[in-house]
Amino acid sequence: MDKFLQLTLTGLTSGAVYALVALGFVLIYKSSDVINFAQGEFLLIGAYLAYFFLGQLGVHWSIGVILTLILAAAMGVVIERLVLRPLIGEPIISVIMVTIGLASLLKAIVGGIWGTNPQIFPAFIPKQEVHIVNAVVTADKLWAIVIALIFLVIFTLFFRYNKEGVAMRAVADDQQAALSVGISVQKIFAWAWSIAAITAAVAGIIVANVLEVSPNLSGVGLHVFPVVILGGLDSIPGALIGAAIIGLLEAYAGGYVGDGSLAQVISYIVLVIILMIRPYGLFGKEIIERV
Amino acid sequence: MMLSLNNIEVIYDDVILVLKGMSMQVDEGQIVALLGANGAGKSTTLKAISGLLKPEDGEVTDGEILFMGEPIHNEEASKIVRKGIFQVMEGRRVFEHLTVEENLKTGAYTRKDRKHIGRDIDMVYDYFPRLKERRKQVAGYLSGGEQQMLAIGRALMATPKLMMLDEPSLGLAPLLVKEIFNIIQRINKERGVTILLVEQNARLALGIADYAYIMESGRIVLEGEPAALADNPDVREFYLGLTEVGKRKSYREVKHYKRRKRWLS
Repeated sequence: MDKFLQLTLTGLTSGAVYALVALGFVLIYKSSDVINFAQGEFLLIGAYLAYFFLGQLGVHWSIGVILTLILAAAMGVVIERLVLRPLIGEPIISVIMVTIGLASLLKAIVGGIWGTNPQIFPAFIPKQEVHIVNAVVTADKLWAIVIALIFLVIFTLFFRYNKEGVAMRAVADDQQAALSVGISVQKIFAWAWSIAAITAAVAGIIVANVLEVSPNLSGVGLHVFPVVILGGLDSIPGALIGAAIIGLLEAYAGGYVGDGSLAQVISYIVLVIILMIRPYGLFGKEIIERV
Repeated sequence: MMLSLNNIEVIYDDVILVLKGMSMQVDEGQIVALLGANGAGKSTTLKAISGLLKPEDGEVTDGEILFMGEPIHNEEASKIVRKGIFQVMEGRRVFEHLTVEENLKTGAYTRKDRKHIGRDIDMVYDYFPRLKERRKQVAGYLSGGEQQMLAIGRALMATPKLMMLDEPSLGLAPLLVKEIFNIIQRINKERGVTILLVEQNARLALGIADYAYIMESGRIVLEGEPAALADNPDVREFYLGLTEVGKRKSYREVKHYKRRKRWLS
């Protein structure tokens, strides 16, 4: 029983990080139908920027985090302007291929500036142990869950009630019609990419705080594909629930089955199964076809 | 003159010439119909006005489009909507995964007076009571007629000075078409919205228009008051499907010589 509780907590914390990365993923897909393969690299950039400000420059963590988020947002805007705007009107698949290239580019930039060795991150989120019933967890992991939940609520409200949020969904539905009602599609894309970069950066800071900074962090992006496929590529609650399910499955598979190596692949097994039986995910939007 | 197109030329993909010296005028408060066969360039004309050519790689390469005296050709679509021109696109193009009410709100995207939006949504529901019944429903599941109503309602939400409708009768049952055309007339009379109507259904459009233009291969070939046009033998033959005697065309006599479109020579 204790082991179960412990594994559950571990699963939920890794799920929280997945959820943050997945939120950005969903956001970009929702507004532009583009699958951003560079989402994991956005996280990497966020982690290294935070490391740069906190570890190398030694500024106070609050300022460092704010600077990181501002730079992440700026990166989103720049990528939209330089990489995506010239591709407007091209087939979606070309844009998706470009994001794969972008992923390699970002990773190479990080490697070029900071090298490929892991660096110790000056953790600022408290790491003291918290006892919940019989399980032990460090406080920074609990914070990860809280932050993910806060972002979920903000995003849900944003898409339902905010003018720009509704406009983002409109752009996702029909770009030309969105233009015809006066929505600037380019502005919406810039918004989507910078918000996605911000959430990924937040996830990056959390992961860096829990572990360390290393180029391997972008691997989180790989774990997020099963999450968004499971939850539905365009569903915000889906991203969160999918993240929790994948996080828990990985934890249980690691703790209960054999030597734990199943944890590495369990999420992809889920991915294959879900693609076979429910390709739009648990909460994804079905294609509406009037007959 | 509210809107005038002077000799405009539109080219797609740098090579395909679609509008070749197209000129027309729309007076404030009028309903103006733009008729013509498939591929005449009617939709292109509307897109040239509303700025929706760019995403299709089209461009106004010659001539000018003036709206309230200002040149607007090759402006961004969002700027043109802000100036008061709103195009209801062909095929309705509602946002399928948004609810009816959210669709209406997107219509008000460019408006600054946001506190009047609620009042105007009620105004739209007055014109289209059916939309009110379905206001929490996702627009993709509405019937074709309801979607057309929603598309027009969305346009009303922008409080445009000029509303351009691209084939509002497309794919709708005759009774519904009548209802929608009635409402277009009411919007024109009650709200003072100038209307530019593109239609294939010439009879219907001539029935409500104050002035009409007929397009063929990228330019205007005939224009006039609807009554005068309806009497024109060419219009009767080619657009209203009537022979010179005024009967419906009978395919039994289809061997008779074909009337030439004299303006083409």
